[in-house]
Amino acid sequence: MITRREFLQASLAASAIVGASGVGNWSRLAAQQALTQDQLLQFDDFGNVTLIHITDLHAQLKPIWFREPEWNIGVGDAKGQPPHVVGKEFLDMFKIQPGSPEAYALTYEDFAALGKAYGKMGGMDRVATVVKAIRAARPESILLDGGDTWHGSMTSFLTKGQDMVNVMNALGVDAMTSHWEWTYGTERVKEIVETQLNFPFLGANIFDAEWDEPAFEPYQIFEKGGVRIAVIGQAFPYMPIANPKWMFPEYSFGIREERMQEVVDEVRAEGVDLVVCLSHNGFDVDRKMVSRVKGIDVILTGHTHDAVPEPVLIGDTILIASGSNGKFVSRVDLDVRDGKMMGFRHKLIPIFSDVITPDADMAALIDAEREPFKADLEEQVGTTESLLYRRGNFQGTWDDLICDAVRSERDAQIAMSPGVRWGTTLMPGDAITREDIHNVTSMTYGACYRTEMTGETIKTILEDVADNIFNPDPYYQQGGDMVRIGGLAFTCDVSQSIGNRISNMALADTGEAIDAAKSYTVAGWASVNEGTEGPQIWDVIEAHVRKIGTVKLSPNTSVSVTGL
Amino acid sequence: MTMTISRRDAILAGFGGFAAAALPGLGLAATMEELTTAFTGGAAPGEGGITLTAPEIAENGNTVPVEVNAPGAVAIMLLAAGNPEPAVATFTFGPAAGSQRAATRIRLAKTQDVIAMAKMADGSIVQASSTVKVTIGGCGG
Repeated sequence: MITRREFLQASLAASAIVGASGVGNWSRLAAQQALTQDQLLQFDDFGNVTLIHITDLHAQLKPIWFREPEWNIGVGDAKGQPPHVVGKEFLDMFKIQPGSPEAYALTYEDFAALGKAYGKMGGMDRVATVVKAIRAARPESILLDGGDTWHGSMTSFLTKGQDMVNVMNALGVDAMTSHWEWTYGTERVKEIVETQLNFPFLGANIFDAEWDEPAFEPYQIFEKGGVRIAVIGQAFPYMPIANPKWMFPEYSFGIREERMQEVVDEVRAEGVDLVVCLSHNGFDVDRKMVSRVKGIDVILTGHTHDAVPEPVLIGDTILIASGSNGKFVSRVDLDVRDGKMMGFRHKLIPIFSDVITPDADMAALIDAEREPFKADLEEQVGTTESLLYRRGNFQGTWDDLICDAVRSERDAQIAMSPGVRWGTTLMPGDAITREDIHNVTSMTYGACYRTEMTGETIKTILEDVADNIFNPDPYYQQGGDMVRIGGLAFTCDVSQSIGNRISNMALADTGEAIDAAKSYTVAGWASVNEGTEGPQIWDVIEAHVRKIGTVKLSPNTSVSVTGL
Repeated sequence: MTMTISRRDAILAGFGGFAAAALPGLGLAATMEELTTAFTGGAAPGEGGITLTAPEIAENGNTVPVEVNAPGAVAIMLLAAGNPEPAVATFTFGPAAGSQRAATRIRLAKTQDVIAMAKMADGSIVQASSTVKVTIGGCGG
């Protein structure tokens, strides 16, 4: 391996260049009031190999709005470290001008106003243009997809991921790993992997549940420009816990740190020059894993949707976080010599949809995929006067609307909505289409149940979910953001341990304290239990929005966060 | 995989000198302290020379795969500190044992520490422990 000293020299040289041609350039562009495609793609070629990384597309084929989190609390060693830095602190940390294109792309403040200036982001036809341009400059490149690709939209739901499979094949992905892919069930995953994907579906940590033995291809070795590159896949480790295990009972997942070390050692023994981990662990889990597993040069992280404009150096490993929903593509040029990574140059390329010309072939393919469903997708259900977003550790405005819909349509005192990180944004004044509702709810287990729970059970659920995000050891952080709640007020002290974080639980409408022994009516969706009954959540929301016509939310003050 | 014998083979065939003694259904559950004292004979456990592999979060609390490897051990005891009956199993290895490794699945009532102790030929004791979280699940973002 490269020595620490050599590596630091190399990375210092690289970051000096990043300052000139990468993120730093955006501010100058803003000053010029002109963003051009050439400027967004500008990159001084470096070294001899290029990695292109996209992740967590959540099936967003068209340009979208996506507001980055206002709440992204880091606990333990992660406190104050990227990605647990938001808003102004984020701008200060990366020396970004407020109001600039990158401030709009990477942070939440003034989102609605900046969105008007800079437009929607993403779109797989724009991503295709960027990928083609990088490949033209760098034939020795590998395109890697970090997963959460086949899920998240109405068309992906209706085609069981087929639209995304077709698009990713056409884009020429070289390898992927997985998470929500599995919610189509084992049979569908195997059908796609075995008969349709043009590239490997990697997961060193996917094991046969019965025999606890590896079940999927762990890695693929590529040869580019005389450099041998091992790409090791790491699927979402908590698959059967965070999502319904009855949909893929044949498989077990887990971080399996010792397995990752074994696989790294195996490819090193085969003499590869570079080891890349394509991971869906999430940022903090990846940071911990590469601090303990030796021999990974580059980890391409996914799952937690973080867009970080510079690589994070952990020991001798660089960690790259490429955002979500097609908002960004990462280009990483590497200088690999004599079996060592000697340096890198990186750019998180923002996909400003009004600046980057759509690739015509990909645009045609996307339109063809949407055509059979077009009328259904685009039917207007209502209008919003409020900014609607989800992403963040606690409740977003989309969640407020969803919880209102669930309580009203299902006649429940309390609503629970999952703290998933996906879900696109709508701007004030936007129409709400059926597709927009699917973009925040699409899933294969979307039944909206209604049940009774005691105050004690509700507290247990809140404590459990809170520990799955605020446990100071990232290996024990299982899921998404905090569960969203309607009709219930509570305080969450993030610095406490499980059982002690949640207090002051009360019915939000009356202020009446929750009684541990009393039963309350609770409705929600995304239960991981088999056989959950109820109408589909998107139908519940559509019925509610049609009744109210225009969405106008008042600020939600029912959750207090302490211990920061 | 670098293991010379796969887990499947181990479970199906067992190997030389390997015997598992599970201790279910004792009338009165022995405490952690009683079990530890009985196994160690009062020797203070050291660290190192024993590897305990368990998931950080159980996919199913009713059947959690755990594996212990303690080269040179004559016996390995496995405990689940938070179960009503903490004793899980004690594995003994005879002189013909090819390796001193045991893999099994255990039921965990709640989030707790799983503890493995190994007794070496000279009577010394080494210990490893791992917290396994048992969670309600869901909300996987």
